Amino acid sequence: MGNLVIRGCCSIKNNRVVLDGECVYQEDNALSASDFFKNVYRNFKLSYAKFFKMDNLSRLGFLAADILINKYDEIKFLKPEDTGIVLSNSASSLDTDFNFNDTIKENANYFPSPALFVYTLPNIMIGEICIRHKIMGENGFLICEKFNPDVICNFVKDLFENEKLKYCITGWVDLINEKYETLLFLVEDTEKDIAEKSTFEPKNISDIYNKY
Amino acid sequence: MDELILQLKNEIIEVLNLEEMSVEDIDTDAPLFMEGLGLDSIDALELTVLLEKKYGLKINTADEGRLILYSVRSMAEFITKNQKA
Amino acid sequence: MRIKDVYIAGDNIITSLGFTSKENCDSILNNRTGITFVDDPLLSLEGLYVSLIDTDKILSSFKEIGDPGMYTRFEKLAILSVHDAVSGTGIDIRSNETLLILSTTKGNIDLMLEDDRRANVNPSLFLWEAAKKIQHFFGSPNTPLVISNACVSGVMAISAGSRMIRSGQYKNAIVTGTDILSKFVISGFQSFQSLSNGPCRPFDVTRDGLSLGEGSGTLVLTSDPRLAREPVIIIGGGSSSNDANHISGPSRTAEGLYLSIQKTLADPISLPAGNIDYISAHGTATPFNDEMECIALSRAGLLDIPVNSYKGYWGHTLGAAGIIETVASVKSLEQNVLFKSAGFNELGVSEKIQVIGKNSEKKLRTCLKTASGFGGCNASLIFYKA
Repeated sequence: MGNLVIRGCCSIKNNRVVLDGECVYQEDNALSASDFFKNVYRNFKLSYAKFFKMDNLSRLGFLAADILINKYDEIKFLKPEDTGIVLSNSASSLDTDFNFNDTIKENANYFPSPALFVYTLPNIMIGEICIRHKIMGENGFLICEKFNPDVICNFVKDLFENEKLKYCITGWVDLINEKYETLLFLVEDTEKDIAEKSTFEPKNISDIYNKY
Repeated sequence: MDELILQLKNEIIEVLNLEEMSVEDIDTDAPLFMEGLGLDSIDALELTVLLEKKYGLKINTADEGRLILYSVRSMAEFITKNQKA
Repeated sequence: MRIKDVYIAGDNIITSLGFTSKENCDSILNNRTGITFVDDPLLSLEGLYVSLIDTDKILSSFKEIGDPGMYTRFEKLAILSVHDAVSGTGIDIRSNETLLILSTTKGNIDLMLEDDRRANVNPSLFLWEAAKKIQHFFGSPNTPLVISNACVSGVMAISAGSRMIRSGQYKNAIVTGTDILSKFVISGFQSFQSLSNGPCRPFDVTRDGLSLGEGSGTLVLTSDPRLAREPVIIIGGGSSSNDANHISGPSRTAEGLYLSIQKTLADPISLPAGNIDYISAHGTATPFNDEMECIALSRAGLLDIPVNSYKGYWGHTLGAAGIIETVASVKSLEQNVLFKSAGFNELGVSEKIQVIGKNSEKKLRTCLKTASGFGGCNASLIFYKA
């Protein structure tokens, strides 16, 4: 393992999309999460019909990953197993869990929805990103009470140290009711020297999170 | 039948989240799966739920399902044939 | 400082077949299955075949260590499992050198039927909150690591624990996994039409789907060779990989599982393991999963190795599966016994895998454990006798 560098990061929060510190899209805060996500999709011309089948959590992670990977598309030239995805959140898939629960809670109106059930696991979002970008490396979904730089860094660093990855998309994707936030990092294992501020360390991750 | 077909197309768009499609985009006789709309296994299951929830009709076997869900027209015919008055 | 080896110090399995690893293995040796027909309106509209743990036994067992009224079904099972696994290992769960790792897909999801408030979400529905209660029961100082990655969570958690010990972050890892039966999960799998009409039959030509089960399992890992239980078993390499194909169906060419197996076998810390003697597969008994697995094994050149699935004994226990099944496989190595793949009679997959047809003695040293799950995830792990 060389040096782990934060190549880029994408934040989507409060109806703003911020890529590497620059706001690249924003809308009125009053817009619903669902409508905002659709507008982001259309604005960046992402052209992926399956987006509309996803639940809100998956759409959120998908958007941030797409925007990040479209800028740092060097991963497209690697072997599929060289890039991994390790995400985390607090609410797991509870937002969709409630929606699925609505389809089963009354015996008189009992029609469990397979299209909803499939999204009642938080790692499905990872699957969607992997399918879109043909990513086949290490996966992992961690649940933390709040955004936890130490947990993320330790878990991901261990994967790089065991030579399992060259790149990793990692971070926080959380959504429940209308409250959402995501901060995704693209981390690279590089032989180059890197500035201290760019190293993949809890303090740097935390500083970026607090900035947004 | 035409009214049912139009209704079905709207319902398919709704339950399958085919947001970027309109009823004009769905060919009544084209296969829904593999080619045509290119729906997948979860979509098939969701259409099965639609038939039961909206029309009170159950699909009993996978083979039956393949025939009934072949196209919008085959779905409409199934409904017309089996729906209670 | 990198630690050389990670050892197994203790273990536990709780399923319908028993509350200890021994009880479960004895049931296996007696060819008993814990999958029964259950007709409970709290679980499903119509009766179905599931592996259900005796509620009275959960209560009576828990009364010996705590107040059952203070913990949910999920939490009681997790605590009981950890308690049994850690007992007698000499490992201090209160030490800050010990990490608790929890693997689960849905935690306390059974509570949602009664309490589906969105505005003020029941805190117990958050997996980290349930983990906290388990942590506090034992007085553990470290926030548990919670892994929720569908049905590969258990195998992934064991690999994670092993990595964290080897990187020197912790001396010990108590890797535990639990998932319970609920109307939520049963309904979901029913909507997928993926449940079997009787106890599931992995790899069998008549297989028609999976049987859900609830379970709790724990594996206690340590870097301290003095705490390694005899016969000494070491955790080798582990990896995960995504099919990048479909979110609910496995890749027809088994891309992800094949990749994971290759990575696990090629891992330098797997080298001392030598050849694989036995494969503990995922074997859910759905037509697609079992077929995918045999293709992965074929591509990896592992067709000649005895393989089984434990799901015919206690069903698919989701987040607990990877751990329970690893523990059972560890017992298999310890006892030099190949456990029959329950529910299997005649091969029903396209590649000629060697499904274990009856309990039989065989000298065993190394096991490969595999798992696959929704979201296209796959994971594998190697462990072996020192």
